[in-house]
Amino acid sequence: MVKWTDKERSTVRTVWESIDIDELGPEVLRRVLIVYPWTERYFGAFGDIFTTTAILQNPKVAAHGIVVLRALDQAVKNMDNIKDTYAALSRLHFEKLEVDPDNFRLLADCITISVACKLRAEMNPQVQATWQKFLQAVVDAMCAQYY
Amino acid sequence: MSLTDKDKAAVKALWAKISKSADAIGADALGRMIVAYPQTKTYFSHWPSTSYGSAPVMKHGKDIMGGVVLAVSKIDNLVAGLLDLSELHAFKLRVDPANFKLMAHCIMVSIATKFPAEFSPQAHVALDKFLANLALALSEKYR
Repeated sequence: MVKWTDKERSTVRTVWESIDIDELGPEVLRRVLIVYPWTERYFGAFGDIFTTTAILQNPKVAAHGIVVLRALDQAVKNMDNIKDTYAALSRLHFEKLEVDPDNFRLLADCITISVACKLRAEMNPQVQATWQKFLQAVVDAMCAQYY
Repeated sequence: MSLTDKDKAAVKALWAKISKSADAIGADALGRMIVAYPQTKTYFSHWPSTSYGSAPVMKHGKDIMGGVVLAVSKIDNLVAGLLDLSELHAFKLRVDPANFKLMAHCIMVSIATKFPAEFSPQAHVALDKFLANLALALSEKYR
């Protein structure tokens, strides 16, 4: 289990409260698809996601970005038990969706960059370090049910 | 994942907008890397301080960005252009190349905080590729 100081808990909460999921969700997934185009392989049902323009305009991408961040909200609310909170999600991504877990790391990096764009100077080095520690715990939990 | 003409144009366009802040970005990025990835401190045990904003961090951040600036000017042949720097890192500094990824990430976070409008997904992918190719060029002489 990951240990959190009070300061780290409050940092993660503060960062999360500064974010509008409906705004950031679409941005994050668009960034993942544009920066790491091989991730397109998982979204065959989304229609045209093969050019930057198409990605930026695709409503299914935007909607799914929100789905992803809603799941992250669960981690924020259950920081002491992310592994159990994400057990079903991890199993789903392995058994059904067959997602290479390296993609979780790529998504985490894009989340950090999008949050940095939003928070600007408020994402100081300490906040960045804590946020990345949190996302690492999320990534580890997402990998936990792979066998 | 080599740099296309489009990538090079995007890197140069982004660079034109942010180059005045190169020193600040360098100092910020190095400071962030040391805080977010404490294992990187092992390379700086000879410094009086590794604190964010301290003199050695600011100076060295500036030096690192000087290397990035050089790389932008040599974007058409990074391996040839960064040969001396590669030899320095390979034979003298012996920095584990895994750390280049961490520095690249922190450079991008720094740019994102200072230039969010300019650091669009399109600029992000070009810079990510550029920094990855820079890291490869820097690792060229390692073995």
